[in-house]
Amino acid sequence: MPSETALPGQKASGAPTETPLRLVGIHKNFGGVVAIKTFDLDVQAGEIVALVGDNGAGKSTLIKIISGLYQPSDGEIWLDGRPANFRDASDARAKGVEVVYQDLALVVDQPVYMNMFLGRELTTGPFKILDRKRMATETQKLVDSLDVRIPSAKATLSDLSGGQRQGVAICRATHWASSLVLLDEPTAALGVAETAKVEELILKLKARGAAILIVSHNMDQVFRIADRVSVLRRGTQVGTRVLADTTHNELVAMITGLTS
Amino acid sequence: MSTPTQTDPGLVARLGTVKWSNYVVYIGFVLVFVFFAVTQTQYFLNATNLTNIVIQAAPITIMAIGMVFVLSTGEIDLSIGSTVALSGLTAGVVLQATDQWWLAALCGLAIGAAVGLVNGIFITWVRLPSFLVTLATMGLVAGLARQLTDLQSVPVTDKAFVWIFGGGNLLGLPIMVWWTAAAVLVGWHLLRQRRYGAHVLAVGNSAAASRVSGIKVNRVRLMVFVGSAMTAALAGLLYAGRLQGARYTLGETDLMTVIAASIVGGTSLFGGKGTVIGALIGSLLMSMINNGLILSGLNVSQQMIVRGAIILIAVSFSLRGKKNS
Repeated sequence: MPSETALPGQKASGAPTETPLRLVGIHKNFGGVVAIKTFDLDVQAGEIVALVGDNGAGKSTLIKIISGLYQPSDGEIWLDGRPANFRDASDARAKGVEVVYQDLALVVDQPVYMNMFLGRELTTGPFKILDRKRMATETQKLVDSLDVRIPSAKATLSDLSGGQRQGVAICRATHWASSLVLLDEPTAALGVAETAKVEELILKLKARGAAILIVSHNMDQVFRIADRVSVLRRGTQVGTRVLADTTHNELVAMITGLTS
Repeated sequence: MSTPTQTDPGLVARLGTVKWSNYVVYIGFVLVFVFFAVTQTQYFLNATNLTNIVIQAAPITIMAIGMVFVLSTGEIDLSIGSTVALSGLTAGVVLQATDQWWLAALCGLAIGAAVGLVNGIFITWVRLPSFLVTLATMGLVAGLARQLTDLQSVPVTDKAFVWIFGGGNLLGLPIMVWWTAAAVLVGWHLLRQRRYGAHVLAVGNSAAASRVSGIKVNRVRLMVFVGSAMTAALAGLLYAGRLQGARYTLGETDLMTVIAASIVGGTSLFGGKGTVIGALIGSLLMSMINNGLILSGLNVSQQMIVRGAIILIAVSFSLRGKKNS
């Protein structure tokens, strides 16, 4: 785990670039119910891939598989060119997969820096005393570098707006992800202006070389920020398109299964 | 993300709503102190009486610190009062049988740990609400305490035990002051300076967020109940030492005072916020009110009425403030 404010894409230059995320033949069934038939996808560094589909299409199941909450019934997950079998969510986190949830997995009565280091607090000295100063400094550095405007790293989270909080959540994912950031409808709970800010932040992550997989219900958002899009319909991967080569209508047709 | 040019509420308004509620206990403490100092100057405002307030408060303070951790995780422990009696009686019985003060103390604390473990296991593994579990163990443990000596009191005469857990004096300060100081120091350190404390507050704020952040939520919950029951067990030893005897009625009426001390001190009843120093001040405030009312010549029933009313006022002030922030 990186302890400094290392960001994806800031690794030693010259290293062979491996595909941050490769999903091969992912299949998931719960007893007799098939949630995902088969799913293949590569996400490259510096790329945003959107995952779209109607409710119940299997998007959340897929995100849960990649973040270690579910184990796939069949298929392989490769991270940075290595096969990864996650035992649970902590295991996936330890291997550098970070998730940003729509319902803001943050603790509101704690300062920003404690949220940034939640579950991985820094300590100092033989008595393992919380190193609040260093956590605050590193948090401040990170939010400054990503231009997330919050009053201070020491501000209590409940004093921040929804957009600022999601900004903190994305900063946290960035801080701890070794290469892959999963965004599960990160703007679903936000207003228009706040959504724009968060999208700006996601594009910044991309510029830094992160591989980003984003679940979104918002077609306009997909066209604004994603490079490619993969469509799920009732557990079937209908197709993957480069956004420049597709249209709004084609995507809607793929999602709903109706041809116009 | 809002722009920094957002209109800032006036400084006075901010002080009025947010900060103020956090200091209710300190303001209350000063007001009550001044009130009694003025009205009962002769008896209230002297070193012996003031020390007495701290000594009287010691068991409550220690239990309130345990309660701060429980409340901070969003749970509650109703079984502490009964645990006080069971621990005190266990120590008394062991002391009678063996004459070993340390063994008696150890057995008392072990009983506390066992009660806490039972609470914790039913809350985490069986997934019952802590209110129900500790309500049940409150009765169960009280029954055990009555059964243990068949409602008889047990005298505690061992000199070492009485010195350590009662009337001892160390470096010019009563031993109860040392116990209080130690409990506050340990509690403050755990809650404020350790990862454990951060996890306690995080779990109380959002168990789901804690879980996805890799915090072992059930282990944190289990530990707060073991801790709370052990503070109650220590309080039982302190009562047995100070009163030089144990009885099933020990700690019977402490539950309300302990919860009140924690909440008045600024700990949230809904989890996520806790303060050990606040619990100390809250407990001292309760003790001071008690002391002052006795000096004012109120009888026991009148004291109960006034104390209940004061708790109601203090709690509504501190909780109203919490919801605003």
